[in-house]
Amino acid sequence: MSLARLAEQQVTRIKAIAFVLCLYPLARLAVLGVTGGLGANPIEFITRSTGRWTLTFLLIALAATPLRRWTGWLWIMRLRRLLGLYAFFYAALHFLTYIWLDQFFDPMAIARDVLKRPFITLGFTCFLLLIPLAATSTDRMMRRLGGARWQLLHRFVYFIAIGGVVHYWWLVKKDITLPLAYGAVLALLLGARLAWYRRRNSLPAMARQMGRLG
Amino acid sequence: MLIRKPGDLRPSEITPRNVYLRRRDFMKAASALAVAGGIAIPEVHAQGRGPKLAVARNSPFSTIEEPTPYKDVTTYNNFYEFGTDKADPAKHAHRLKTRPWTVAVEGEVKRPKVYDVDELLKLAALEERIYRLRCVEGWSMVIPWIGFPLAEIIRQVEPTSRAKFVEFTTLYDRSRMPFTFMPVLDWPYVEGLRMDEALHPLAILCFGLYGEVLPNQNGAPVRIVVPWKYGFKSAKSIVKIRFTERQPRTSWEKAAPQEYGFYSNVNPEVDHPRWSQARERRIGEFLKRPTLLFNGYADQVAGLYGGMDLRRYF
Repeated sequence: MSLARLAEQQVTRIKAIAFVLCLYPLARLAVLGVTGGLGANPIEFITRSTGRWTLTFLLIALAATPLRRWTGWLWIMRLRRLLGLYAFFYAALHFLTYIWLDQFFDPMAIARDVLKRPFITLGFTCFLLLIPLAATSTDRMMRRLGGARWQLLHRFVYFIAIGGVVHYWWLVKKDITLPLAYGAVLALLLGARLAWYRRRNSLPAMARQMGRLG
Repeated sequence: MLIRKPGDLRPSEITPRNVYLRRRDFMKAASALAVAGGIAIPEVHAQGRGPKLAVARNSPFSTIEEPTPYKDVTTYNNFYEFGTDKADPAKHAHRLKTRPWTVAVEGEVKRPKVYDVDELLKLAALEERIYRLRCVEGWSMVIPWIGFPLAEIIRQVEPTSRAKFVEFTTLYDRSRMPFTFMPVLDWPYVEGLRMDEALHPLAILCFGLYGEVLPNQNGAPVRIVVPWKYGFKSAKSIVKIRFTERQPRTSWEKAAPQEYGFYSNVNPEVDHPRWSQARERRIGEFLKRPTLLFNGYADQVAGLYGGMDLRRYF
């Protein structure tokens, strides 16, 4: 059996396992919540945790394409939607924690925050941008939009991921180790794409050039 | 002009101090009994294992608000020398050796001296001071500190007429403070006060909390507590008190001068550039509460800042 191509049944099994594994961050919070393990400031803990997991899932989802190219495992692409939707799920929890637990639905306080604090403005914008991506994640929406337009829309994820890392960077008081780590991984994943894009665009161009010469 | 805010409680709402203290004594007695009888009881208030300190209670400077649980006070800390996560100091501060310990008092004084910490402890009568603590990050606690007015030691060393400021330096020991290898702040940690601020009776030299010596993560063996300023102004584990003519450059000022000023008085009207200071979350409470000017100590300290633009001198 080759790892490059798995039987449909195996892909389904991997997806089911991934679905359950991706619930780990939520389960962890629930267990810590019940056992009193969220520390002295539970709301801050939940906000930080859901925020980090959003970024983590965004990075994992963005790793699917480079991984497929390096390994040739086509089935990895079948996990991409699930990972992207989990990124949205944790982003929604993060957002909900902020507007509900942190601000307790105080519209004035939220409006002031979004307008005055750059890190919140950016985080809020990134969350809004994620919504159309999640909404168009179904096969039907993909067909309705058409491949090219759908892909264009979903390229927004690059901006969202960059915005998410900068959002984290801007909120940290001084120790930027973790935002830097997320930033480094993101740079690697986007850098790989840029490298492939360049190579793809330069080779045919060169071939055409040579054809014309010959 | 400074607007003085009224207190946050009406006198009629205040539980008489003796009743309130009796309740805590009762709980302490109950825990002692339970321990003696070998019964495990759920955690209540004082749960530390540190040596007890003999203190005078009922200070008029104490708030009657409910103190934040001991566990939260000692596990949710900012002490960057032991890590930047709030849980880090409680995990790593056991590496700090608090004896022998000396504090050098020097600079613009007639009688500079290197004090042994045990000598310092006996310099004046220890008092319990239950203060609000407001962190610049937007959370707050109520902590029963133990110490005596900073003014007591200032008087001992007789500052000269050139002493306009006091600078506090925290221990910087790479072998015991694992996170000082990271260039997060310019070590050692330096804080400072204006002379009149340091002489204010609310500013204390602190040796303990909850009736016991300070846990390491809270700044053992000796720290400063200045309750009307953001928490980072209250330097921990200090080894030097220096009197200067010029305003000290503090660690946070050096790290981000546009965000952390020398004064750093708690002020709901002056936002931190990256977050609002209008409200705070009291640890243990769900809803945020409004932040009070000078952390609720305006009646006592507003006079120190008469005529000063608090937006400019943030």
